[in-house]
Amino acid sequence: MFAPAPFLLKDVSVSQVMIQVCVALIPGIAAYASLVGPAILVQLVITTVAALVTEALMLKLRGKPLSLFLTDGSVIVTAWLIALTFPPLAPWWLVVTGTVFAVIVAKHLYGGLGQNPFNPAMVAFAVCIVAFPALMSQWPSVGLQLGLIDQMNIILGWAPRVDTLTGATPLDAMKTALKLGDSSFDISTLLANQDIYGNFAGRGWEWVAAGYLLGGLWLWHRKLITWHVPLAFVASLSLISGALWLYNPSQFASPLFHMLSGGAMLGAFFIATDPVSGCTTPRGKLIFGAGAGLLAYIIRVFGGYPDGVAFAILLMNLCAPVIDLLTQPPVFGMKDKA
Amino acid sequence: MITRDEFKTIAGNGIWKQNTSIVQILGLCPLLAVTTNAVNGIMLSLATIIVMALSGVAIASLRNLIPHEIRIPVFILIVAALVTVIDLLFNANLHELYLVLGIFIPLIVTNCIVLARVEAFAAKNPPLQSTFDGIFMGVGMLWTLALLGAMREFLGSGTILGGIDMVFPSLQPIQVLPESYPGFLLALLPPGAFILLGCMIAWKNWMQARAAERAKLKPPAPVATAGCH
Repeated sequence: MFAPAPFLLKDVSVSQVMIQVCVALIPGIAAYASLVGPAILVQLVITTVAALVTEALMLKLRGKPLSLFLTDGSVIVTAWLIALTFPPLAPWWLVVTGTVFAVIVAKHLYGGLGQNPFNPAMVAFAVCIVAFPALMSQWPSVGLQLGLIDQMNIILGWAPRVDTLTGATPLDAMKTALKLGDSSFDISTLLANQDIYGNFAGRGWEWVAAGYLLGGLWLWHRKLITWHVPLAFVASLSLISGALWLYNPSQFASPLFHMLSGGAMLGAFFIATDPVSGCTTPRGKLIFGAGAGLLAYIIRVFGGYPDGVAFAILLMNLCAPVIDLLTQPPVFGMKDKA
Repeated sequence: MITRDEFKTIAGNGIWKQNTSIVQILGLCPLLAVTTNAVNGIMLSLATIIVMALSGVAIASLRNLIPHEIRIPVFILIVAALVTVIDLLFNANLHELYLVLGIFIPLIVTNCIVLARVEAFAAKNPPLQSTFDGIFMGVGMLWTLALLGAMREFLGSGTILGGIDMVFPSLQPIQVLPESYPGFLLALLPPGAFILLGCMIAWKNWMQARAAERAKLKPPAPVATAGCH
């Protein structure tokens, strides 16, 4: 058999890719678990079970082979991303609602794996933050140390949700302070005085982001993602945050803060690089990543939601087909513009 | 005047086969805006039925006198005049109901269901048939808006017949789900209306495909999905 060059293609199956993505998430999950306790592991179990059950139901309804699609692992990656983007102490029915919506509406109604125009995990996040804004902004306060039993009780709804359990996220606290504060307000004093901030960004959260960065670099090293999307995302986010930071350092946080806050690292390496809902051409990937980084900054700093990464990626998902169409590389031997 | 078969075709088209909301996808604007509960959807549909029946008979009677080139402005003028009459009548005689429906009664004139039926049916058919066509198209709109409104209301706030006390002061909305139900806010927002409308269209197409399979007929012609505001 003759096949066109290159001849060094690896024969990689979907399940191998998905398992490696899960492995790459482990450093971030480990940092997360050491920050908030075992709650995140409970959430991972809940979303995984909910996703597998929903996936099996939908496959049965659609008359598709169960074993082939259940074991490909794509739904597990979706489930894990949902668990990692939702607040760790969110009630079980909230994460289950998000997961079921992601699998049924965002994945299977569009035709299943490979056909979905939007990243299912980001759809789950957007749906839940629009439908249940209060619960989706209850992040655990820093330094809250609860055992497994206490956290299980809160997640399963057996213990009351007390206000002192939750606090604002580092991004949220900064936005609120900026809106309340007068013109003499200064970010550097805020960062130094409040105990939710650590060395670079949110205390503890900066190490979760570093864990995602580590896993993402490993994915790049394994050639499962290319450098285009993460680099363009990070570059455009640092460019706009850096420009505004240089313009007025007392009102705008530094690029490093934005890089290590919220979902920036998870989004840049694990969500914007989704091969299905993202762009496929090299130039398209650069545009996709840069657009997502820019939109994430704008929504996060000037918008009403605590973080903008999910909405930014969904908006860029919407543009991905057009970007791909406009950035098609020329066929070998042909001129660029026909 | 009108044969039994003709009547059956007109009724069947209006209620099911050419349903305005789930087959022709017309009048999305009021559909999204008012179906936050079933009562609003039913009340707006009732007002639309009256307008459609009257505009059907009026335009079908005048259809041979209206110059073809300027028919659309003439139709709109007639429909607008009728809507104004209904608006004033509601305000005078059913003032409570008028306050509930508010701006949506005057806006019936911009609802393209009315213009679409006038242009597609009343301009080509005798008055009696046109009246029935208007009524049954309105009935088709009524049950879809009522169902959509009921689903959105149930998911969004866990009640049934919310707002009924504004129409009949002696009745109260029924709380179906427990008070602690957090409310799926998305269902009450326009995206929820789009998603649930999509589910209803899928259900209708599935029913139709199943019926066609049973009757061993050719599959139905592809449904028109051209939308209007």
